[in-house]
Amino acid sequence: MAYKRQIDRLPIPPANAKVHNVTCHYCIVGCGYKAYTWPRNQQGTLKNNAFGMDLGEQQGADGTWMAPSMYNMVKQNGKDVHLAVVPDHGCVVNAGLASIRGARMAENRPSRVTGTQQQRLSDPQVWRNGVWQPSTWNDALDLVARVTARIVNDYGEDELVVSMFDHGGSAGGYENTWATGKLYFDSMKVKNCRIHNRPAYNSEVHSSRDMGVGELNYSYSDYAVTDTIFMVGANSLETQTNLFLNHMVPGLQNGAKFIMVDPRRTVTVNAAEEVAGKDNVLHLAIKPGTDMALFNAILTHVVDQGWTDDEFVAASTFQGGEAVAGGSSQPAGLGSLDYAMQTCRTSLEEAAEICGVSAGDIRTAAQWVAKPHDDGARRKCVTAYEKGIIWGNDNYRTIGALVNISLATGNIGREGGGCCRLGGHQEGYYRPSDAHVGRPAEYVDQLLINGGGKVYHIWACDHYKTTLNASQFKRVLKKRSDMVKEAMDAAAGGSREELVDAIVGAVNAGGIFVVDVDIIHTQIGQNAHVILPACESNEMNLTSMNGERRMRLSERYMDPFGNSKPDCLIAAGMAQHMETALRNLGNDAYAEQFKGYDWQSEEDAFMDGYNAGNPEVTYDRLRAMGNDGVQEPVVGFEDGHLVGTPRLYADGSFDRHGRDDKRALFCAAEWRGYAAPGKAREAANHDFFVNNVRANIFWQNQFLDQDSDFVQDRFPYPFIEMNAEDMAELAISAGDLIEITNENGATQGMAYPTDTAKRGQVAMVFGSPAGSQGNVVNPGVSELILPEYKLTFGNVRKLADAPPQAQAVTFKSKEYKA
Amino acid sequence: MSKKCNRLVDVGRRQFLRGGAVAAAAAATATTAPARAAPANAQLDYPSNKLANIADLAVNEPLDIEYPDGDSPGILLKLGEAVEGGVGPDGDIVAYSVLCPHKGWFLNYNADDRTLNCPGHFSRFDAEVGGQQIWGHATQNLPQFTLRVDDNGDIFAEGCSDLIFGRPSNVL
Ligand code: SF4
Ligand code: FES
Repeated sequence: MAYKRQIDRLPIPPANAKVHNVTCHYCIVGCGYKAYTWPRNQQGTLKNNAFGMDLGEQQGADGTWMAPSMYNMVKQNGKDVHLAVVPDHGCVVNAGLASIRGARMAENRPSRVTGTQQQRLSDPQVWRNGVWQPSTWNDALDLVARVTARIVNDYGEDELVVSMFDHGGSAGGYENTWATGKLYFDSMKVKNCRIHNRPAYNSEVHSSRDMGVGELNYSYSDYAVTDTIFMVGANSLETQTNLFLNHMVPGLQNGAKFIMVDPRRTVTVNAAEEVAGKDNVLHLAIKPGTDMALFNAILTHVVDQGWTDDEFVAASTFQGGEAVAGGSSQPAGLGSLDYAMQTCRTSLEEAAEICGVSAGDIRTAAQWVAKPHDDGARRKCVTAYEKGIIWGNDNYRTIGALVNISLATGNIGREGGGCCRLGGHQEGYYRPSDAHVGRPAEYVDQLLINGGGKVYHIWACDHYKTTLNASQFKRVLKKRSDMVKEAMDAAAGGSREELVDAIVGAVNAGGIFVVDVDIIHTQIGQNAHVILPACESNEMNLTSMNGERRMRLSERYMDPFGNSKPDCLIAAGMAQHMETALRNLGNDAYAEQFKGYDWQSEEDAFMDGYNAGNPEVTYDRLRAMGNDGVQEPVVGFEDGHLVGTPRLYADGSFDRHGRDDKRALFCAAEWRGYAAPGKAREAANHDFFVNNVRANIFWQNQFLDQDSDFVQDRFPYPFIEMNAEDMAELAISAGDLIEITNENGATQGMAYPTDTAKRGQVAMVFGSPAGSQGNVVNPGVSELILPEYKLTFGNVRKLADAPPQAQAVTFKSKEYKA
Repeated sequence: MSKKCNRLVDVGRRQFLRGGAVAAAAAATATTAPARAAPANAQLDYPSNKLANIADLAVNEPLDIEYPDGDSPGILLKLGEAVEGGVGPDGDIVAYSVLCPHKGWFLNYNADDRTLNCPGHFSRFDAEVGGQQIWGHATQNLPQFTLRVDDNGDIFAEGCSDLIFGRPSNVL
């Protein structure tokens, strides 16, 4: 039986409620919301309220409505206040639309009054005598700094391993990436570091950047005026919801065609068909990992038909053959279009054979992407891609092959064009240079598995739920962490110096000292020795930018929970304690490197970092720009407004590669089958392609959703979409618990019969606390250490009949049926 | 195929237009006592409105209803198989709001798979599983009306499980 809230009335925000600008801190789209706060002992009336509406009247469709999930009671300046977080009809990004994630921002706040999110960490915790003891910041940071200082001082900075988010929104953002970046890349030069979602410190889109094309180059408004939306390996209705609904749907209504490249049929394809009609939607359900061959065939057809934009190619792209040769850290050569065509040339028939779709459909795709209009006018096409190819086969060449098409057709930097990552989190990266990390960057998971590193700092990452080769990673990290826990337990009753000595002894014997900074006690946090509580956006002021580089200040409207703090101030505290610890070790010169963190607020961190590089941009000016913000890069300040840039490369010069000629390069994307170690063998030896997918109801690894009755009631176990005939053959019924296994490990979930699922393919939701898909992802990565979560193969078996929670949920098709 | 529910039950329709006296009193409380914030989960006083008689219902043919007042459309549905929360001798009668709890578009009933579908942004709800959102943008399941069947087979609505779209209180 479905979860019922049993809420039938909500408090009404009074007319004098405080109003705060909020950018949704979940996905890349960054929808605008307004947060209203007002004293606990007040409320508005039906006629006189903050919305300025007669709430006694039933609101019509699309009207303003506060759902129960948009309400909570939180602490503000130490007092309980009502909170309503409601989508902003005035925001150009979402025009009043909320999604199933963003509309739950308020109820996902920690509240002592309503009891929501009591899993949030309120105090630093230190491993003591077999438990994590809540303690003070001074106590916890002192231990972190003493151990870390001993290790980097005595053994070098390569013994410090760091996992750190690089994103915006949530607890990321310019303030927090700057502070962590300053600590690890300026005060120190840590090279053994990785990012939250991949096992190295590297780009997801090396090739696009090497070709000169920054990956977020358009404006969302381009969708409304384009002729074709060419989407690859993405499911925007679920994962960039209001970008699809508020920008792509208008484009389709204006007559745009829609091409989707994805082995799986998703609700996005269904919705596009509903809006545009089936005739205007082409779903290329290719064999997993064969995207590059498809793109090469499209490019070849475009070139052979003369549909290239010759003027653009001549003026804006490299002309002299090879510009960059392929090599060990360069997975493909780069150069002119002619040069690239020598390796890219692929016939429609060859691609049809490789990809498992018809040559006719590939031809249609090429026509929709590039065939000029009857009057000779250029065809506009937005190309948008995401994890399907980013975490897929042969990342560098595949993305390069896709960018080739946009460049050849002159579809970057122009209205109705763009070749962009769709994105997951928002962006918010501002750090000192990471050049010392090198290319290829260190494969950090393997370093840890092989016994490398003595101290491990983790910032808001739960690799146990999300990394590849997770079974082994967890096993080894737990073992190494336990060695330190045992040493700490054995040192009970001793002085702080004796404790530090015991820890250093344990890490020298193969253990590892783990510091976890997060908002909750995570799965990887189970193996930490010190846990530091961070806060999220709106518990602090936070700046980020969305998928069209739209930067906003999302304002603080409540206090951090308990004694938690913004990550930037935690990093500052760590640096200050490092300075002291290094002085105590007698290394004054080293200690000096940890100066420059005397920030009182997140705004101080912003001024120290982002503002120093972008002097026009301040909190006050961003606040004045409201929920529409400004599109980066900011180029000036005029008449009280920040002046931004709607579209990159509008002048036809490309600079992301740093080349002086400012000409874009094409990628010699030669198809070579499954490129990463072990993938081809795994594919050959297993019955099922195991697709790694997202669902709109979950935000990332469910770190907040795991505490939501509404969400957990719908999917009490991670769903695994499966074809009915495959289920029948394996005697699996809806809701049965099933296991996916291969040589890397096993994971588990709940069978979800799906009529559109192909035989031999299952789709499992990623990052679930109740079943980590990463357990079955092999350690194989690309030359530049990009993981291939998407390319996984395994066998499926039944574990148990559907448990009561699973029996209670619906297993009907997710596709809208008129 | 979409099956828009057109069969209106006229009996009882007039009697609950704009709610009853109890509902009016509740609204007055909300407007005249601004200093007293109601706890979010206080349950309101609902009108008891006759929706139909069991004899009016055919399996899988929804009747248009309105509850708790004429501005809040819903459906009354006999499923033919007992469901949790179903009433009547067969335990198979349910009633839901048809204002989508995302942005308030009207839901359509699809008799083929017994779902309520939203043309606004493609959300779907399962009529056989308590209005659970199968897929969609709403942050709650479909408001389900609490039903009672008397000895004559008259079906009354007397409450609601969730906040109805477009209002701060189910009883205005
Ligand atoms: S679409 Fe993304 S940014 Fe917008 S409300 Fe949903 S989660 Fe937030
Ligand atoms: S109004 Fe129903 S899905 Fe948006």
